[in-house]
This record gives sequence, structure tokens and C-alpha cells, in this order.
Amino acid sequence: MTIGLEHYLVLSAVLFGIGLYGALTRRNAVVILMCIELMLNAVNISLVAFSSYVVPLLLTGQVFAIFVMVVAAAEVAVGLAIVLAIFRGLGDIDTNNINLMKW
Amino acid sequence: MGLDIAFWIMAVVVIAAALAVVFLRNVFRAALALILCFIAVAGLYITLSADFLAAVQILVYVGAISVLVILAVMMTRDVWKGNPANRLRIPALVVAAALVGILIYAVTASPWRISNQPPLTPTTVPLASRLFSQQGFILPVEIAATLLLAAIIGAIVIAREKDK
Repeated sequence: MTIGLEHYLVLSAVLFGIGLYGALTRRNAVVILMCIELMLNAVNISLVAFSSYVVPLLLTGQVFAIFVMVVAAAEVAVGLAIVLAIFRGLGDIDTNNINLMKW
Repeated sequence: MGLDIAFWIMAVVVIAAALAVVFLRNVFRAALALILCFIAVAGLYITLSADFLAAVQILVYVGAISVLVILAVMMTRDVWKGNPANRLRIPALVVAAALVGILIYAVTASPWRISNQPPLTPTTVPLASRLFSQQGFILPVEIAATLLLAAIIGAIVIAREKDK
């Protein structure tokens, strides 16, 4: 059985599901950010697969994947800075204990 | 045939590394598994003949983002209590499994219009002309540059020691 578009999309879906599960269940804020990176990578895989199977000459999916990478880099920089600031203020990055804004 | 084998190897490595990120107790080892996952995704890009994106993946994710993640892991090390899960384990599993099921159903049931043309290789020059040409994506490129600048300044301001 030769590899087709569906293989990449199913792999991307499974990777996104793993990342979603991790982001919902983990309590360490750094691990949550890592799981968000997993989800962004899953989306990138599907974008590049669409690009090379559906519109191989237009490359629009790859262009979009580059923009996703830019936003991911910005997100991880600001996110980790926020985690460090929280750690400095509260001495903890356990999301169960960061409930200052809980009403 | 070789591409098929490469795809299966990369797919297994990606899924195994992603599971390791979520389920390893040691946060530092989870970060290392995340790097392995990024490298395998770059391999997947190569099997999709996206050579420039594979290089960017290695540079940005393996080179920069993983360093940031490991830095954050090191900085927060004295509160290491492993990688515990919260009370949402069962609902999150249900939600994630339902989402994956729906996605797989949608993917396999949709009639994709597969083009019979071979993908472009190498992609660097066509990508550059797509990104920087007048009819291309030059405005989003400029906006992305502004976003990166704002993110850098924001990260510095947020992470800086408040000295009074």
C-alpha cells in the first residue's frame, strides 16, 4: 500500500489528539507549552501534506506552515517568559496552584 | 518504496516521542522527547519533498524552541514534582479520542482532489518568490516581522527582574 495524503492526515490527527490530551491533563505549565508545540506541529504536517498532494505547484500550504512556525516561535517565547514570571512571583508552576484569578 | 519505509519510521518515531512528552515523569526527559519529535517531523517534511521547511523545522524548532523549553525546565527545576496529571484525565481522554475519531473519519471519508503532478523540488526559490513577490505574501511577511519584534520585546519585559 503506497503512502497517500490520508496517511499524513491521520498521523497529524493522532499527533494533535496526543497534544490536546497532554495540554488538558498535565499540571506542569512548561509541559503544557510543550504539548501546544506538538499540536502546532501536527497542524503543520497536515498543511505541508495538503500542499504537496493537492496543490504541488502553488506551495501555499508550505507558506502557511512558515507563518505557523513564526507564530509558534512568538508564542513559545512569550509563554515561557510568562511561566518564568509566574515562577518568580509564586514559586510554583503547577497549574492547580496558580488560581489567583479564580473567582 | 523507500519513501514508504521512511514515512512509517518517521510516523512511529513521531507518535512514540509525542506519547513520551505527555507521559514521561521527568520533565527534562519529556523535553528531550519533544526534540526527537521535532526531528522526526522534519523527516516527514523531507518525505513530502518540502526541503526548505525541513531545514526551517530543524533550525527553529530543534535549534531555538527546544533550547527555550530546556531553559525554562532548568529555571523552574526546584519545584520539580515530576509531570503529574490533574483530575481531568478521563474527560480529556474522552474529548481527545472523540476529536481524533471525528478527524480520522472526516479525513478518510472526504474525496480529496489529489493532483497528479509531482511536487516541486527544490522548494527554496519558488517559496521565496511566493513570499516576497508583489502578488504573493509580502504583507503577511511584514506583519510576521512585526509580530516577532513584539514577541521579543514582550518576552524581555515579562521575564525581566523587577528592580525597584
